[in-house]
Amino acid sequence: MRLNLGLAFALVIVVLASLMAGRSWIPFDHWFAGDLKSLIIMELRLPRAILGAIVGASLGMAGAAMQGYLRNPLADPGLFGVSSSAALGAVISLYFGFAVSAWLLPLFALAGAGLGMATLALLAGRSGSLILFTLAGVILSSLTGALTSLLISLAPTPFATSEIITWLMGALMDRSWDDVMLAAPLSAVGMLILLQCGRALDALTLGDTAARSLGIDMLRLQWMLVLAIGLCVGSSVAVAGIIGFVGLVVPHLVRPLVGAKPSALLIPSALAGALLVVLADCLVRILPSVSEVRLGIAMSVLGAPFFMMLLFKMRREVA
Amino acid sequence: MDLSFDALSLTLRGRPILKGISGHLKQGQVTAILGANGAGKSSLLACLSGVRSADAGLVRLDDQDLSSLASIERARAIGLLPQQADIHWDVNVRSLVALGRLPHQGSWGGHPDDAAAIEEAMAQTDCLSLADRKALRLSGGEQARVLLARVLAGRPEWILADEPLANLDPAYQIDVMNCFKAAAANGAGVALVLHDLTQAARIADHVIIMKAGSIIASGAAADILKADHLAEAFGVKVHIGADDQGAPIIAAVGRFR
Repeated sequence: MRLNLGLAFALVIVVLASLMAGRSWIPFDHWFAGDLKSLIIMELRLPRAILGAIVGASLGMAGAAMQGYLRNPLADPGLFGVSSSAALGAVISLYFGFAVSAWLLPLFALAGAGLGMATLALLAGRSGSLILFTLAGVILSSLTGALTSLLISLAPTPFATSEIITWLMGALMDRSWDDVMLAAPLSAVGMLILLQCGRALDALTLGDTAARSLGIDMLRLQWMLVLAIGLCVGSSVAVAGIIGFVGLVVPHLVRPLVGAKPSALLIPSALAGALLVVLADCLVRILPSVSEVRLGIAMSVLGAPFFMMLLFKMRREVA
Repeated sequence: MDLSFDALSLTLRGRPILKGISGHLKQGQVTAILGANGAGKSSLLACLSGVRSADAGLVRLDDQDLSSLASIERARAIGLLPQQADIHWDVNVRSLVALGRLPHQGSWGGHPDDAAAIEEAMAQTDCLSLADRKALRLSGGEQARVLLARVLAGRPEWILADEPLANLDPAYQIDVMNCFKAAAANGAGVALVLHDLTQAARIADHVIIMKAGSIIASGAAADILKADHLAEAFGVKVHIGADDQGAPIIAAVGRFR
């Protein structure tokens, strides 16, 4: 509880601080001045920061739930193929040049996520088997990945190609309140469903058989997770593209602080994920470069060394 | 609440595992299920606990069809200790034992008896001193006791345990056996898959001997644990004796070829 409060407090501070940061530094006394600078704050940076927090929270909590469900600390919300099917949806809209309307791309991405989940349902069947399910996810994600590459290679113009590739790298620039309105309710519902699954994830600590004997309906759990992760990941891909590493790394950061119990990880992972994405987004804005570094790239560049550190620490513990 | 099964059949990957077997387990008794490896003991236990549904036949808890019960109600009534000690996350012992309370808790909030039930289960299995240790850093025997405490914490009316003595040293084997005896004396039903014939003879009121998916003998322990049944089930010669208190000792001393 104390950790959650601390993280929430830190998140508020970082979101507020992030409003100042960017190509043009805007100190607090300009925020409500009603001039151009306050417009930047209210119409650009505030929705961007909030969107960063939503995306980070969704991915962080989805990652924690995935690791709990698969009982594998290397699982990532992308593993079900939901994020790559969402990306495929978005890429289709870019390919056909539909992106002229601000709403179409995210809607295509969401439709992609939905179709991805339906395919997953068809592939995995009703067995509730973890292995079948994971395999179905892997197949889905490689299929959608291949289709995305196909679209890139067939893109009508080099401009479309570069647009697709840039979009795939993930970013939060030039987002508006519309994106917040789209992502917030979907992510919120997704996260609520994940929280509802917390106890079932705890039961899985004892393995499949024991979890069933504790009254957990594995099939129901499986589809609640698909729905929730589809909502969380689908909405975050829709508004920010693919941002890797958050779902994988954040639960690891939180685990030493709250223990390994899956349900206890969910809320702190959401808060820490939000914190991480907002921080990283600040960083890409203030880095001196010709065009802004894509958030997805920055996340991986930051995330990888961090993960290596964790790995070294784990290695010492194993030895 | 007695647990009975009727014409239970199960086929896995084309191999018949249970061949239409029937039986009746009484609450307040310890039932030992014996048989050679692959005889279908664990599958029977899985069907009785409701985690596996049979292809044909019924499991009844009193007069109720087990498969018609909501899974949460079934979980409150029947606790299963699986053969494999699966612990996937390094949680502390107390929260592992607390998982046994899940069927009483719903998705949110707790149950007023949680703390007392957890404490009692840990005391019964001598786990209180382990409460704050990490589950994955325990020895095999300690893990076995903690997992048993997890089952007891749910205060089920039926305790089904698949080879609960594996991994335990002789002292803890006796402790765990006494634990099951106490549970049965308190009115719970206990069914154990066992390999240790002496322990089975000492603890069980009722014995079921299985061979290749069928029940070859079932009844009061003293009547069933006889050389001929054991020879048929395991293909071994046994020596049946008694210690100076008169408690049975059954040792396999040779093999029929």
